[in-house]
Amino acid sequence: MTGAWAWLTTGAHWTGEEGIGQRLAEHVYVSGAALLIASALALPLGLWLGHLGRGGALAVNVSNVGRAVPVFAVLALFMVSPLRNAGYVPTVVALVLFAIPPLLTNAYVGMREVDRSAVRAARGMGMTGGQVFRRVELPLAGPVVMTGVRSAAVQVVATATVAAMVGQGGLGRIITAGFALYDTAQVVAGAVLVALLALLVEAVLVGVDRLLTARRTSG
Amino acid sequence: MSTPNCLVTNDWICGEYLRTRSEELTEATLQHVGITVVSVLLAILVAVPLALLVRARPRFAGPVLGLTTLLYTVPSLAMFSLLLPVFGLSAALVVTGLVLYALTILVRNTLAGLDAVPAETREAARGMGYGSWRLLWQVELPLALPVLMAGIRMATVSTIALTTVGSVVGRGGLGNLIEDALPTFFKAQVLAASVLCVLLAVTADLLLLGLQRLLTPWTRIRTAPGGV
Repeated sequence: MTGAWAWLTTGAHWTGEEGIGQRLAEHVYVSGAALLIASALALPLGLWLGHLGRGGALAVNVSNVGRAVPVFAVLALFMVSPLRNAGYVPTVVALVLFAIPPLLTNAYVGMREVDRSAVRAARGMGMTGGQVFRRVELPLAGPVVMTGVRSAAVQVVATATVAAMVGQGGLGRIITAGFALYDTAQVVAGAVLVALLALLVEAVLVGVDRLLTARRTSG
Repeated sequence: MSTPNCLVTNDWICGEYLRTRSEELTEATLQHVGITVVSVLLAILVAVPLALLVRARPRFAGPVLGLTTLLYTVPSLAMFSLLLPVFGLSAALVVTGLVLYALTILVRNTLAGLDAVPAETREAARGMGYGSWRLLWQVELPLALPVLMAGIRMATVSTIALTTVGSVVGRGGLGNLIEDALPTFFKAQVLAASVLCVLLAVTADLLLLGLQRLLTPWTRIRTAPGGV
């Protein structure tokens, strides 16, 4: 542990092509891009399926499939295919694939768990399908959808770490480089950085969730 | 001359590879299954008492659930790496990491299963003179079994997938084959190991589903049409 601390407090390890700064930037870049793309694809589809009440088997089973497929295997498959020459593309595609299941499932489940009597009341007041969706279903489904965004974010950060095992960028590279050098201090230092990033992302999203909930209940 | 060519041309699917390396594939699969079975069993042995503790002493609920959720947030590669100074390059490292992940799922599902036992069933058993241990073994645990088994299935499937990351310390079962194949872009080996991994997960899930049906015959009687 003291070795890891010494490694982390060495200024030279923070700068340069393979420094902590560069690796952190790569990690945040691929994670952010993947989360945005996955949300843009999965949230509208999940919300729409939930609104219609169709495709439930698909929306729920996609999560079970997601759990059964190893992240490392998918990344490795991309890296032995021509995709390996496309820069960050293989990582981002893998990240998107693993972020979609929690987003899709939670968006669908959140919509389905909206109190049916609230929807019927809204219909009875003469709201159109679109109005029911925007003013009733979406606000009530919000917390469950946010839970999905949180698990997707945690999944994305973890997957971006495994990307280092196939030679892609990100904070995981500090860990794999440490293994290659038989440098336990560096391995632990890298692991601490990755764990802190994951916990920070989770904490920020919990904070955002609280803020949104507070605004909803007060306004 | 034509058969060994798929190894030379580096095809995705290669019968020659499967034939010549079947021993290596079997060995990796067995290591994979071994690590998964030990991890899930240990996780059950830790999670069920933890869940019972949380239920008996609700003030432990916050710390236990908070800690397991915290552990679940730590990425697998980081988790294995943090355990490196403690265990060195060993299977114990991978197993410990996998147990810590499975705990989150199992503690939550055990608690959810026990919470789902109807209060009147509990009262009826107490009224019949059941002590707290007999109540637990003969009434509560059997009734909690479907939800608990759902948790075990989920934990097993994700453990099988996560085991591959153990290849970072050379104990990743089929993950080792994937890692070995990467430097030479050996497609047949990456694909075969990946497919075997998913097949393992599906097989384990179906076996556990079968076990659950055997253990809880009453859930089928109740849903059988015409049955009383």
